[in-house]
Amino acid sequence: MDIQSETPLQEFWRLFKKDKLAVFGLVVLFLLIIAALAGKGMTEWTIVFDPATVRLVDKFLPPLSFASDHLPVEDMPQFGIYLLGTDELGRDVFARMLQGSFVSLSIGFVAVGISTIIGILLGGLAGYYGNIRLGFITVDTLIMRFTDVMLCFPTFFLILTVVALLPPSIYNIMIIIGITSWMGTTRFVRAEFLALREQDFVVAAKAVGLPDWRIIFIQMVPNAISPVLVSAIIGVATAILTESALSFLGFGVQPPYATWGNILADGKNFIFDAPWLFFIPGFAILIIVLAFNLVGEGMRDALNPKLRRS
Amino acid sequence: MNKALISVRNLKKYFPVRTGFFSRISNWVKAVDDISFEINEGETLGLVGESGCGKTTAGRALLRLIEPSAGRIYFEGQELLKIKATELRMMRPRMQIIFQDPYSSLNPRMTVGNIVGEALKVHGIATGKNLNRYISEVLDKVGLSSSYQSRYPHEFSGGQRQRIGIARALALKPKFIVCDEAVSALDVSIQAQIINLLCDLQAEYKLAYLFISHDLNVVQYIANKVAVMYLGKIVEIAPTKMIFESPKHPYTQALISANPIPDPDVLHNATLLEGDVPSPLNPPKGCRFHTRCHLVMDKCKSIEPPLTEIGTGTEKQMVWCHLHT
Repeated sequence: MDIQSETPLQEFWRLFKKDKLAVFGLVVLFLLIIAALAGKGMTEWTIVFDPATVRLVDKFLPPLSFASDHLPVEDMPQFGIYLLGTDELGRDVFARMLQGSFVSLSIGFVAVGISTIIGILLGGLAGYYGNIRLGFITVDTLIMRFTDVMLCFPTFFLILTVVALLPPSIYNIMIIIGITSWMGTTRFVRAEFLALREQDFVVAAKAVGLPDWRIIFIQMVPNAISPVLVSAIIGVATAILTESALSFLGFGVQPPYATWGNILADGKNFIFDAPWLFFIPGFAILIIVLAFNLVGEGMRDALNPKLRRS
Repeated sequence: MNKALISVRNLKKYFPVRTGFFSRISNWVKAVDDISFEINEGETLGLVGESGCGKTTAGRALLRLIEPSAGRIYFEGQELLKIKATELRMMRPRMQIIFQDPYSSLNPRMTVGNIVGEALKVHGIATGKNLNRYISEVLDKVGLSSSYQSRYPHEFSGGQRQRIGIARALALKPKFIVCDEAVSALDVSIQAQIINLLCDLQAEYKLAYLFISHDLNVVQYIANKVAVMYLGKIVEIAPTKMIFESPKHPYTQALISANPIPDPDVLHNATLLEGDVPSPLNPPKGCRFHTRCHLVMDKCKSIEPPLTEIGTGTEKQMVWCHLHT
């Protein structure tokens, strides 16, 4: 028995460490986040890797090719080498992937942030104030049936419809993915709240006269957050996939802005001539989605006391 | 005559039973059905009865932790059921509750300091620098080291957790505490410690307790008056001494005689009750106890027994039974 007191965070980390795959996923994610942030800086602020320069003499070069000597100096890639080759316009795929990684990750995180916030608010409302009647239905019925209605839409087609109506920008994509993917979180939070509401410590919080918002956000949410966190992490992977799919179909982020989805879409036309154009973004999407899922599952196991062995 | 600190009149709590597709209310569980009692300052009322008779519901309805269906509750002269939610919240510090289960009654994600201190901040009882000192004082009062403030509940034993629960209630300087089976989950030696702690605190702060329990020995020790509940109704209220020496209601008699006596030489003629408690969904007509009463008469089956008062002054016993009318 530990004499030293262990905070919940320390306990979580001790359990999370046991899952080697999840730790591996976390390392990969960490590297990808660094790459995305560095990529944002190096492709937009101080241009080290230029994703937009068109060099028609150097098109369709495979990875690790040297740039041709005829290029003007300002168009030369960094170190004179194309790390991941070039595309049909002679653009540096490595630079484009860097730019795209930031877009993919930020869309993933922001969209999930939006859906988690909506999910916690609606789920909390349904779980805590569920018994209050509004006319002939309860708050709980109202919110949960609305959730069911939202779940009935095939999300992807709903997104396509909305994207068709709105101008396609990164921000619109983030918001749209966010407001079409909160239903799972809402159900989680509601279920947790229904169970927590009956717990004595919540009754005690009411008995000592804490205001409702404090009971909900300070007493209950921290106890309901672990499944939400897990579903959020896995949700990031889903959001990245959705964005890639949208960009692949041409409804997502518009060129010349590169995202993994539209690099993939461009690449599919040259799948036999320049397979790296297709494989590199595809593989990147695979890695990032896998990493998020591994981390999510590792977190789920570490946070769920019922699954603990030891 | 001193005015009662808290007085309960005809308190009722019915839970709806919903069935069918449209969840129509098909029946009511009468968990607490028309109970009345008073508790004076510095006094302890023991509330006893078997499992499921509505003791806990009564205690919680009394504090409006669950909304009572009907009745009146006067606390310090104010009618609790008439005041608004915000006012009620402001009054909450003066009436507290200690829970049965020391494991579920503390937020597992909060440190002890926060568990005790949260409400202090909200009600402005102690803030800023004073907060830590005040929490230490309160923890000290319930016999916990002040260094426990930064620890989490799972690091404590059941008895220590119960002390934390008491500290949380006590920190708000209440006048009245509902002890909802406060010692039932603890082992006997810890029970004694907690009960002594409660008694000391009562003497120091003139606290009034509603001591809900099914342990008659504990109630006998701590309570001034005892109310016996059966199936949502109080069947007898009397001073502790009277209840244990001359119980009037047949149910009280059975309950007291079933209480084990820690002396193997005493001959023990327990009046054993037969059968089960009837469902509160469909309580028996007339006297609710008539299905199991060995002295049942014809009128018990149809007429609800009225209140009968036996004796006067400090020996006044109130009993709801046809035998004594």
